[in-house]
Amino acid sequence: MSPRRYLGCLLGILAREGLRFLHQRERFFGALVRPLVWLFIFAAGFRSILGVSIIPPYETYILYEEYIVPGLAAMILLFGGMQSSLSMVYDREMGSMRLLMVSPFPRWYLLLCKLIAGSLVSVTQVYLFLAIAWFWDVRPPPLGYLLVLPALLLSGLMLGALGLFLSSVIRQLENFAGVMNFVIFPMFFASSALYPLWRIRDSSVALYEICRFNPFTWAVELIRFSLYAQMNWIALAGVGAALALFIAAALYGYDPGRGMARYKHSA
Amino acid sequence: MNGADAPAAALELEGVGFDYPGRRVLDEVSFSVSVGVFCVLLGANGAGKTTLFSLITRLFLCRSGQIRILGRDVRHDAQRSLSQLGVVFQQPTLDLDLTVRQNLRYYCALQGLVYGDLRVRIDEALGRLGLLERADDMARQLSGGQRRRLELLRAMLHRPRLLLADEPTVGLDIHSRQAIIQQVRDSCTQDGVGVLWATHLVDEVRLEDQVVVIHRGRVLAQGRAAQILADTGSATVHDAFTALTGGPHR
Repeated sequence: MSPRRYLGCLLGILAREGLRFLHQRERFFGALVRPLVWLFIFAAGFRSILGVSIIPPYETYILYEEYIVPGLAAMILLFGGMQSSLSMVYDREMGSMRLLMVSPFPRWYLLLCKLIAGSLVSVTQVYLFLAIAWFWDVRPPPLGYLLVLPALLLSGLMLGALGLFLSSVIRQLENFAGVMNFVIFPMFFASSALYPLWRIRDSSVALYEICRFNPFTWAVELIRFSLYAQMNWIALAGVGAALALFIAAALYGYDPGRGMARYKHSA
Repeated sequence: MNGADAPAAALELEGVGFDYPGRRVLDEVSFSVSVGVFCVLLGANGAGKTTLFSLITRLFLCRSGQIRILGRDVRHDAQRSLSQLGVVFQQPTLDLDLTVRQNLRYYCALQGLVYGDLRVRIDEALGRLGLLERADDMARQLSGGQRRRLELLRAMLHRPRLLLADEPTVGLDIHSRQAIIQQVRDSCTQDGVGVLWATHLVDEVRLEDQVVVIHRGRVLAQGRAAQILADTGSATVHDAFTALTGGPHR
């Protein structure tokens, strides 16, 4: 297989995921409504309760809406990654996952293409969300919109890889809801998405430590700093390490001699 | 392709075994399918046909025994083995939210083919199926039989030397079934494709077909259908199957 065919395969998978996304309008709007509800309603309600002191990367006092926007952007990526893995479980039950797996391209490459496609769809949603937030007076520096792109892609890949791994160990769709509850909500709430971690430390040091090492916290902080044209190296290293770990786990899960054999009963 | 030293067998299985936890589902399965031969893998539901297909397509790893596609071991030379393979799975694999053409374009990408290069051939094939005018319709709008025939067309796009079809006619009406079987038999004779056709429907077997009877993971008989009938002293394939498996069968 030549590099051109590898590229063709990637573009084919990107086109398929993009078209599916466009054709499933409920999914498109559903993905936007969720963070907007948080921004328009939750943030308005909590504005006066949750004061945020001056913490990097912010150089002045900010409104609560402004604080949670990076967290909500990361939430879109988190739900996107999980939704993508949900579609993998669905695909597998419907058989189209088999079509992907019998392609003559290496399996790691196919899964990587799938991961990239899912992340790009999520990143598109994030930009749409950021555009709406701009009209809500959440206006990071213009350069931030450009600099946040690599951060979004990296975080999207990391959360997508986590979803991919989960999809390899979940046998049936019915089991998925439980895993969503055990993964999405703990990851989201035990992070710096909705409140700075020093507020958690005031309540519980143990919980603070858990939040600090939550990969989702790293994603949120990487996005937050990038959006304000700054770099958080610790968050970057954390997201990078988590990405490597989750990809390795996903490839292990989809290895025909190991993880794949687990769902043979549904075959 | 190997070129001049291309082996005669499209598919060879030697002593293939497979276990689910605490249960043996395939036991010492051995047979071969030659190029240009229509081979029926006949077995009741749960006989191990789909598991066997999962091993051939490398969805599961074959740990016991050997599987070769055109002489290449699927375990050690997966990429080149799979490139010779077309598959129609038991579950539908069309993306119903994409159009007919978008489905075919996606498959081309997965096979490393350039859709534009195949456009004429694809349009001809769609025309033969009467689907050319519906190429821009969503796959969801096609009937069950049309979807299956489209899947078959798609599985043959890269001109594989071996076609695996896992109960592709289940749930279809008699006309759709006949059309699909004829489509595959034509590919077999005209293009020299080796076909492994898994089914539990005995009326899909012709006397000249090669047949492998599988039951509870074991091969009970193999050879031409006419020969199996003679060996079992049966008048019909249904009777022969019942005689071999010792149980009622549809």
